[in-house]
Amino acid sequence: MVDVANGVIELVSGKVRNRHGPLQMSDALETLGLESLDVLELTFAIEEKFNIEIPFNANTEFDFKTVGELVHAVEGLVAKKTASA
Amino acid sequence: MNRVVITGLGTVSPVGLSTASYWAALTAGQCGFGPPTIAAAERINTKIVSEVKGFVPADHFDSRQISYLDRVSQFGVVAAREAIGQSGLSFRDGLGERTAAIVGSGIGGQGTQDESFKRIYGENAARVNPLIIPRTMPNAPASQISMFFGIKGPTYAVSTACASATHSIGQAFHLVRSGAVTCAIAGGAEAQLTTGTVKAWEAMRILAPDTCRPFSRERKGMVLGEGAAILVLETLDHAAARGADILGEVVGFGMSADAGDLTAPDPDGMVRAMAAALADAALAPDAVDHVNAHGTGTTANDAAETAALHKTFGPHAARLAISSTKSMVGHALGAAGALEAVAAVMAVREGILPPTMNYLGPDPTCDLDYVPNEACRRPLRTALSNSFAFGGLNAVLAFSRFN
Repeated sequence: MVDVANGVIELVSGKVRNRHGPLQMSDALETLGLESLDVLELTFAIEEKFNIEIPFNANTEFDFKTVGELVHAVEGLVAKKTASA
Repeated sequence: MNRVVITGLGTVSPVGLSTASYWAALTAGQCGFGPPTIAAAERINTKIVSEVKGFVPADHFDSRQISYLDRVSQFGVVAAREAIGQSGLSFRDGLGERTAAIVGSGIGGQGTQDESFKRIYGENAARVNPLIIPRTMPNAPASQISMFFGIKGPTYAVSTACASATHSIGQAFHLVRSGAVTCAIAGGAEAQLTTGTVKAWEAMRILAPDTCRPFSRERKGMVLGEGAAILVLETLDHAAARGADILGEVVGFGMSADAGDLTAPDPDGMVRAMAAALADAALAPDAVDHVNAHGTGTTANDAAETAALHKTFGPHAARLAISSTKSMVGHALGAAGALEAVAAVMAVREGILPPTMNYLGPDPTCDLDYVPNEACRRPLRTALSNSFAFGGLNAVLAFSRFN
């Protein structure tokens, strides 16, 4: 699962617009300067990297508030996929 | 400058295959939504789309014609045939050369392209149908209408995504008003419902999982649609001289661009387009009674459009009757503006406001009168029809009751 966390953080880092330095798990996603299309592209990139489907409709609030919550959610989806494989 | 009147309306929609059946469905609050029946629908997650149902090409075209016509052009030609028939115009004796055909489409012959690419990439086909290019080109509906009816004046497509048809009608209006042409066939056509296109929309994550409920609390996005609508425009002098039945008047057209975000709506751009339409029509804001809204049902559009209506109309915004007919027909992209123009013209003519269906109750960001869930009768003078496209392109038409 370390690989999942590192993979998600790397993808999020690529979209951050307004800060430098390593991301922390406690960083709130909305403070990172992601615009609406950044969120779409990030969701797509994570789905592609881990071959998972993230349930997300842009008309509702993004369910994950922090980098850590997003990592945790992706870890859960990856584990579910592995279990069902 | 000429006054520009409407003497024909044609419609192919998910709730009716003629203007009369479309308008009857809208005023009865009928939604055209259902599960997708397109090829390879098992590859998409979307459970609800707004398809044109019961459209049989052989009812309208012979087999040779069908081979030249993607579904998008079939819709366009059938809508034009109805509109021109209602107008009573004949384009012989030189009138065709003084008539324009401006018909928008967001993505043209998508079904043809999808099928061709499936064969090339998916099935390693060695060769494909020779008519793919002329069936797919976004100007195919405009060109086919020109050829079917003998329209020999300015003929072209406008492609501005969700605003294509509104830009087309606006361009046609200005050509007739200036005297560059006597008549114009204007509107839009779209047949976007293919698995390839729906997948692409799904990736944007703005499609509603349940239904389209514009301006409502708990709205969850848009429903994709298809169809075509065509208006026949002509100078008042020409229409009056031949004793035509005049259905309404086009009085103004405004355009703007946001030059901002690629997809996020911008109230300032919407305000500038509405203000430009009012100025073009020399109308005071309080002369407008009704707005057929862009009203897609997304969180972002409906909040931005409401803010823009407040800013454009000030205190009068609270007295506007605002309808989103997308709540019944979905979002037909390049045809949407024409379907909505037909609804706006009919609303003003009949004094009936079509409802915004599936409305659950007010949202804090949407605090105006959206004619929720039930049509109502009210004498109407003037209506705006709003279209706001991806790419930040805005277009607004103003229609008045003809006196």
